[in-house]
Amino acid sequence: MSAMLTIDGRKVSVPEGTTIWEAARQAGIEIPVLCHDPRLRPVGVCRMCVVDVGERVLAASCVRAAADGMTVQTRSEKVERCRKTLTELLLSDYPADSAREKTTGDDLLLALGRSFGVRPEYLTIPRGDGRARDVSSPVIAVDHAACILCDRCIRACDEIQHNDVIGRTGKGYTARIAFDLDSPMGKSTCVACGECASVCPTGALTHKPLTAPIRPRAELKNVDSVCPYCGVGCAVTLHVDPAKNAVVLVDGRPSPGNESRLCVKGRYGFDYALHPQRLTVPLIRRAEFYPKGPLSGDVKGDGRRRKPGGLVDYNEVLPAFSEASWDEALDLVAKRLSEIKKADGPGALAGFGSAKCSNEEAYVFQKLVRAVFGTNNVDHCTRLCHASSVAALLETIGSGAVTNVFGDVKNAEVALIAGSSTTDNHPVAATFIKDAAQHGTTLIVVDQRETGIARHAHHFLRINPGTDVALYNAWMHVLISEGLVNREYIAKHTEGFEALRETVKRYPPERAAEICGVPADKIREAASVFGRAKAAIIFWGMGISQHTHGTDNARCLISLALLTGNVGRPGTGLHPLRGQNNVQGASDAGLIPMVFPDYQSVEDAGIRKRFEAAWGVRLDPKRGLTVVEIMTGALEKRIRGMYMMGENPFLSDPNINKVRKALAALDFLCVQDIFLTETAEFADVILPATSFFEKTGTYTNTDRRVQIGWKAVEPPGQARLDWEVVSEIARRMGYPMEYVTAEEIFNEFTALAPSYQGLTYQNLQPHGKLWPCPDPERSDGVQLLFGDGFPTPSGRGKFVPCEYRPAAEVPDSDYPFVLNTGRLLEHWHTGVMTRRSRPLSTIQPEAFCEMNPDDLAAAGIPAGAYVSVSSRRGSITLRAHASRRIAPGTVFIPFHFREAAANVLTNDQLDPVGKIPEFKFCAVRIDPATA
Amino acid sequence: MSELILTRNFHLPGSHTLALYRETGGYAGLEKAFAMKPAEITEEVKKSNLRGLGGAGFPTGVKWGFLPKGHPGPIYLVINADEGEPGTFKDRYLLERDPHALIEGMIISAYAIGAHLGFVYIRGEYVGPWRIFRRAVEEAYQAGFLGKNILGSGFDLDIIIHRGAGAYICGEETGLISSLEGKKGWPKLKPPFPAIRGAFGAPTIVNNVETICHVPHIVRRGAAWFAGLGTKTQGGTRMYSVSGHVARPGVYELPVSVTLRSLIDEHAGGLPNRRRLKAVVPGGSSAAILTAGEIDVTMDVDGLKNAGTMAGSAGVIVMDETVSIPDALMVVARFYAHESCGQCTPCRESTGWIYKMTRRIIEGKGRKEDLDTILDVARRGAGTTICAFFDGAVGPYISYIEKFRAEFEALIPK
Repeated sequence: MSAMLTIDGRKVSVPEGTTIWEAARQAGIEIPVLCHDPRLRPVGVCRMCVVDVGERVLAASCVRAAADGMTVQTRSEKVERCRKTLTELLLSDYPADSAREKTTGDDLLLALGRSFGVRPEYLTIPRGDGRARDVSSPVIAVDHAACILCDRCIRACDEIQHNDVIGRTGKGYTARIAFDLDSPMGKSTCVACGECASVCPTGALTHKPLTAPIRPRAELKNVDSVCPYCGVGCAVTLHVDPAKNAVVLVDGRPSPGNESRLCVKGRYGFDYALHPQRLTVPLIRRAEFYPKGPLSGDVKGDGRRRKPGGLVDYNEVLPAFSEASWDEALDLVAKRLSEIKKADGPGALAGFGSAKCSNEEAYVFQKLVRAVFGTNNVDHCTRLCHASSVAALLETIGSGAVTNVFGDVKNAEVALIAGSSTTDNHPVAATFIKDAAQHGTTLIVVDQRETGIARHAHHFLRINPGTDVALYNAWMHVLISEGLVNREYIAKHTEGFEALRETVKRYPPERAAEICGVPADKIREAASVFGRAKAAIIFWGMGISQHTHGTDNARCLISLALLTGNVGRPGTGLHPLRGQNNVQGASDAGLIPMVFPDYQSVEDAGIRKRFEAAWGVRLDPKRGLTVVEIMTGALEKRIRGMYMMGENPFLSDPNINKVRKALAALDFLCVQDIFLTETAEFADVILPATSFFEKTGTYTNTDRRVQIGWKAVEPPGQARLDWEVVSEIARRMGYPMEYVTAEEIFNEFTALAPSYQGLTYQNLQPHGKLWPCPDPERSDGVQLLFGDGFPTPSGRGKFVPCEYRPAAEVPDSDYPFVLNTGRLLEHWHTGVMTRRSRPLSTIQPEAFCEMNPDDLAAAGIPAGAYVSVSSRRGSITLRAHASRRIAPGTVFIPFHFREAAANVLTNDQLDPVGKIPEFKFCAVRIDPATA
Repeated sequence: MSELILTRNFHLPGSHTLALYRETGGYAGLEKAFAMKPAEITEEVKKSNLRGLGGAGFPTGVKWGFLPKGHPGPIYLVINADEGEPGTFKDRYLLERDPHALIEGMIISAYAIGAHLGFVYIRGEYVGPWRIFRRAVEEAYQAGFLGKNILGSGFDLDIIIHRGAGAYICGEETGLISSLEGKKGWPKLKPPFPAIRGAFGAPTIVNNVETICHVPHIVRRGAAWFAGLGTKTQGGTRMYSVSGHVARPGVYELPVSVTLRSLIDEHAGGLPNRRRLKAVVPGGSSAAILTAGEIDVTMDVDGLKNAGTMAGSAGVIVMDETVSIPDALMVVARFYAHESCGQCTPCRESTGWIYKMTRRIIEGKGRKEDLDTILDVARRGAGTTICAFFDGAVGPYISYIEKFRAEFEALIPK
């Protein structure tokens, strides 16, 4: 049905339900608005958009539906007078210095005032309603006097980000926006995502300048890019001041992934690239600093308690290095690596690439290790996050990537979130999950902590740490015994059902309840909700994968999906939420010891032949060592030379005391990074690299979306592009790598990676593409995988039954608590970037552990006091925070903080299949810190 | 003295009890009603010319007719007992002295519109009336007038009592619905009107207490009788709350054709102390003020509309010659600035701003252009907002200044 109406004498035909405002816009008639934003639910409160539809009262066009035969006047004298009065009233006590006008220059109210010719002196009345400025947030400036109560911020906070922080207080003329129960913004539960400031039309909520003064967007260079932090891969526009060589403002872009949404890191965490500690010249270790060892107090682990803020003191570390020319440094790297290769064989060399780098960088890096070093000892931090998930996925469904995008949660009847603190680690994906939960999707959250996303759950199952297998086996037990399985799907698309049935038979909910601590009736209820759903999607995070039985955990979730036929249809799927911005892409590009690019086995002679032909060298037929195995190898002197690009294993790997010895034991270590990391203290050569904003490359997000980040600023000093440095080393080791652009590398990679076939820098603009993308000219890529079978040898998905096994190190009387590690919203991994971002480190300045207040009370430790947390491997000192969201008997420690590194405590026991360490479980003791 | 209908039992001790209500013919109309088809009752109410007595004066039967036909889901009846209009206190008397009249009216009205759940939204400050009404509902349940299968008719009705929390805006029907739904009492966008999409998303009829109390009488005695009590366009009697400078302030039930002069002089005993009448607000604070020379008007909806004001909630505020109209406007302006929900910009900004301007004038700091500016702001904001709150405020703003301009000008320094 369509409606034909007349707007300002023009005939317009629009679909029924279209608002007058939208109809007018389609007809090229702009109706002014204040409260309306097409991204937000229209509310019609500002009344600026009123139009005359021939009724007694004027109608707000943003909410009034166009009706057939309607005659609308958008600019009658009456309408214009109303709008002008409105503008005058609002301007009558508007501050003289709007923060928006002073920064981005797009204050909508002032623009309206100018268009109506409002005399500022008209209607002047005394100001001052207790409306004040609030500067408590490090990133958002609040000026209540400039607030016109359009409620855009409230809707953005409640309905886009679902943080529910902003509301109104008071009524009538004294109404104001308020944060929580009228706290200052910086003291409220605000997570500083900045969505409010991005939708505010006036000077009330504005982005604070972080690097250089913010100017109107039109005066800045606008660069399409993506966020450098997590795997959600939010599309952004970087606004760059070329004169200052600085990103000054970041906006979300309307891409299919993030729909312009951002979190605090993506929007405000960009200033790290300008930090004075950036490396700008190659450095070579001075002779007097051999034998090698840690340089700074924190890395030495001298146990002294340090001030919050925890950045390395360059005065402690820089004297160990002398500045060098690029030639000197590169020659030295090539010479030493070649010597080791010659003396101890290619297997004595290894490389760590990084999931923070681009696909192109990952590709050339693994090519260097494989084709030049001659070994498959190349790995990266995916080993530490989803190696077990990928192992399970490859084994069962033949593909390690997600089967559906996170945004499709909106079509799910049920969503299961397992072991993922999504609001902290994938904040923007979490907004879509929260959206869905508010619009009909039943949310089941399983976690040992009551996470932020658990607040939005319809069913929250708090499980004992490390007992996932028992829980999901019981869950499947219920599904099978209650007939809630999809027999047709099982028959058609799976294998191994009988074995699974036999195994889960032994896990009635009552038995599982004893193990996992979730009452049997809650297990039954959740299983049945899941089983009855027409479409269910499963998300999981490190809570599933980072266990010595991480592969088993993932296998169970996969079985759950196969059992109920929840793969390959809208609203269904398996989605391991990928951690780093390019962990999917780095894995796709081959930074994995067992596979060439696109998961092609190094042990398959046919495949190897193809790569040998492409790269023109003989390749190592044996799979290489993984991250933790390489560290162990270093300790045992089997690995002697290493090249690390953008990795910081000193803080990211388990059992730091062991890592310290391993790094010190290396004959030669080259670290390429943008800051002098903890790991770099052990380096022989340090090469200054470019930050995310200083280079062009592609990044593949958790959805398999391949996107381009374009270069926005010039690198500092002599810092060079990572792929350029890799090529230089290759060349100096006798293998020519003559790339001129990143695009050229991308094309070489896609030619060898069937999943990426057809993708080019041209067709990846502007919003990227999902791989696989058989028709890149016309399609966005394939969103739903495996609607009809799987890329396994049999074409079927495989049930792999698993028995519950406890964690490798369970609590005892000496170490009675279970330690769980993870991340915070504001920080990224080892903090190299985020702790050098002023806003982020201001919000979360220091290390802490979270414990249940009852446990703290029993130990006689006041909340906020320093405690010493010890495991069999080491001890750290940090503040204790009390939180009921932490289960009794458990401790949570974020691992970002070098001055109290959680990985001093963690256990380096590995999952036998995924080779992932058990970051989520080890036994610790808590003692009051000695003064 | 005309016949008393709604207030006939007010003078009797125990008028609020079920026993007395039944003794005086209460609940007798139910059987007749249940014998009728629902649509016949609606038709009867239409023909009676019963008009909403909460303020807007909309024809009740017509409103009921807006409900979607054959609606598959629930339909709700909501009684607006959030009597907040300054100068109005009639519903309070009904709740206190004849609560069963409201219950009987609700049963018949709910039957007519097909509702099985009725909400009564009682003003938060009405603690006493709420207690009495709550007791009456309990009695009615015990006697089988509420609940399942009322009097064997097969018709079910439950009543939920909801107390307000002191906001004037919750008397606006969609603000009331928001509040009833557990949200902040903000008026909702219209269309859709509540009859199409009201409380909890279901078709909803919102009627005033007094309006519904009339329904049993209309059913029992017929539409023609009711219509005959009033004028051509409005039937029946209504309850006038008379306050201010009269000898006998109080509630007076009179046919709607009574004149304002008769109401003040004959029924309320005229002005005391031989003072002279200066002005009257005839229909609650949102009605435009009338001067002493303008009180020869009938008090029905159209009579007062023709006089440039409104019948509103029939709250008659009488002011004698000692009253300062600018002071009176400041009180009213403060009220509207305080009670604006703040949702729509014109209302929020204008009410606050006009109050400040009025205060400035009274404090002797006004400027000569201030009066015209107030008038201008009031006129331009009218008819632009989600609800009629600001339109209500505009009534006094404009009429007080236009009719008593000299008094305001005298306060402005030359």
